[in-house]
Amino acid sequence: MEKPFKRRDLLGIRDLSAEEIKGILDTAENFREINAREIKKVPTLRGKTVINLFFENSTRTRTSFELAAKRLSADAVNISISSSSVAKGETLIDTALNLDAMSPDCIVVRHGSAGVPHQLAKVSKAAIINAGDGTNEHPTQALLDAMTIREHKKKIADLEVAIVGDILHSRVARSNIQLLTKLGARVRVAGPKTLVPDDFQYLVEKDLIVCKNIEEAIEGTDVVMILRIQKERQDSAYFPTLREYSIHYGLTHERLNLAKEDAIVLHPGPMNRGIEIASDVADSSRSLILDQVKYGVAVRMAVLYLATGGTASSE
Amino acid sequence: MKLLIANGHLIDPIGKENTGMNVLIEDGKVSAWLRQDEKAPEDAEVFDASGLLVAPGFIDLHVHLREPGQEHKETIASGAAAAVAGGWTSVCPMPNTNPINDNAAITRYMIEQAEHAGLANVFPIGAITKSSDGKELAEMGEMKAAGAVAVSDDGRPVPNAGMMRRAMEYAKDFDLPVIDHCEDKSLSSGGVMHEGKISLLLGLKGMPALAEEVDAVRDILLAKETGAHIHIAHVSTKGAIEAVRRAKNEGINVTCEVTPHHFTLTDKAVEGYDTNTKMAPPLRSEEHLEAILEGIKDGTIDAIATDHAPHHSDEKALEYDRAPFGITGLETAIGLAFNELVHKGIIDLQKLVQLCSSNPAKIFKLKDRGTLTAGSIADVTIIDPELEWTYRNADSRSKSKNSPFDGWKFTGGVVATIAGGRIVYRR
Repeated sequence: MEKPFKRRDLLGIRDLSAEEIKGILDTAENFREINAREIKKVPTLRGKTVINLFFENSTRTRTSFELAAKRLSADAVNISISSSSVAKGETLIDTALNLDAMSPDCIVVRHGSAGVPHQLAKVSKAAIINAGDGTNEHPTQALLDAMTIREHKKKIADLEVAIVGDILHSRVARSNIQLLTKLGARVRVAGPKTLVPDDFQYLVEKDLIVCKNIEEAIEGTDVVMILRIQKERQDSAYFPTLREYSIHYGLTHERLNLAKEDAIVLHPGPMNRGIEIASDVADSSRSLILDQVKYGVAVRMAVLYLATGGTASSE
Repeated sequence: MKLLIANGHLIDPIGKENTGMNVLIEDGKVSAWLRQDEKAPEDAEVFDASGLLVAPGFIDLHVHLREPGQEHKETIASGAAAAVAGGWTSVCPMPNTNPINDNAAITRYMIEQAEHAGLANVFPIGAITKSSDGKELAEMGEMKAAGAVAVSDDGRPVPNAGMMRRAMEYAKDFDLPVIDHCEDKSLSSGGVMHEGKISLLLGLKGMPALAEEVDAVRDILLAKETGAHIHIAHVSTKGAIEAVRRAKNEGINVTCEVTPHHFTLTDKAVEGYDTNTKMAPPLRSEEHLEAILEGIKDGTIDAIATDHAPHHSDEKALEYDRAPFGITGLETAIGLAFNELVHKGIIDLQKLVQLCSSNPAKIFKLKDRGTLTAGSIADVTIIDPELEWTYRNADSRSKSKNSPFDGWKFTGGVVATIAGGRIVYRR
């Protein structure tokens, strides 16, 4: 039986091969149908325990993982930062060892610091799934974005994808750039130079271009991915005001018209309407933001299934 | 008491010797060099150094011994034990203790603790400013009288150029080198590793090379203006090394040191998020490492210093961005110097002794050290260049085990360490 991942953990897209990524996406396709049933539950993971360990607030991702676990009949426990021991001075490693002692099969972790899932994976017997670590990676988000793109474009290879916004602080961008280029797409990134340093072109070996402005990035693309801009970056002098940001980097219909006619728009959420994306663009038929959320559950079902010993499907 | 170090190969750059020679020690001092066929006093204890390198005791210009105040990480006694096991007969602790070593009483206390331990010599570095907060000058003259050999605010480098100028002017009167941990914190603040490709890839906030270079250039200009001696701590970037090289050519009174981890590892070691790869300055990229090796080769870099920075394992068992900066280094330095410099042909043994002993003694003006000429203090480091050994954190004499070199294998290591004529470490 072939192994689902190179290792049981899903720490980042960085560690995965194109084949592994396709394996996860194909597995997710098979699970999609369950979410459309009237009785949305199968016994696949009965008797397995999943801990959702969230050191950072999250509504969407945590709910998505919880639903994914429950629809596969796993027992899911949510631990959030407000009740964590870390506030009481326990070290990260102690927290992990304590949870591990309760024999969970899988720990889904979100943390504000990059690398925490990697640190936990070294000491934990349970499979570790990264649900977002600092500004490093958010692999399940990239997988659900890929699933959305694949659904609408029927392929990923050879697509032109623009990612616009705060690339520097975006774990979504890091995971997406790596996933999309591994599957043969070409990625362009754009945003204020303070948030999109030129060195980004070296993030992956090929197929990544740092563009001078949003127009250059969007021109002729198949997919436009808009990232959330955070007010706190203004306070750290990365850009002057949200107003100026929205004027120069916001996605409007006018700018979207530079893309291919059938281009689709993605946003990992939560959106700042009127800042990085105009409301009418967000609500237009080209925007697939709710599809992304929908596919998120299927992707997470696939990831939980594979991490706890399931075998990947293939087309 | 007499001790004869017999049959060894003596390298003494100051005494201009690099040959087979016996060294006779009497009452804590070197009394004579004897040809190996020359008759030695019969009452002398004999240390057989056949096949071994005999060098003036190694001097580490940059350590953190954590006492007073953070004895759970290290004490002067445990730090001194690690030092002699690593071949260092003298160590110079930075003032970032608690309280800060910004007055003569603390300086004296540190020296007394070292005397109680009776292992390595401890030459404290005093603070530049009171509490190292960059506002008022500390009593440098008093600290020097108590035994301090240099001044530094170390990890809290004086941010204000005007204050740094005053400090240099003042320190010059007392012939005290001013050491700067060059880091412009307005450029590096919040950073946890070298800013570059790898920091972007790992999603960790970067500390640009620029932060070190801006400060180094400032200090060099101030040293030119004041005529003071500036010593750049743990130089780690291409630009800082180039600035030092230019300054030396101009005749400015500048020296610098490099740590073993900076001449060994690059920022690639941070992949995997092991907090024992986190230190300041951070592990740099390949181009900087190449510049370091070039700087060692051409003499721009004067000394190897460990920046031994013990932290308790609980403190390092944190998220990468929350863990403290620093790694231990006293026991791995010589092994790393052999693996990365000697065996790779970057330096020869003579140069190794210069970098670890004679140059450091000159930089801090340590009288009668850094050489084994007759009349010198009998601090000796005895090395087996062929010794194969493995470093293990679990066996470290330091109270802290935060080294990224756990399990590393070395060829070349310390066999014995002699301080003031007494054998204080024997493998």
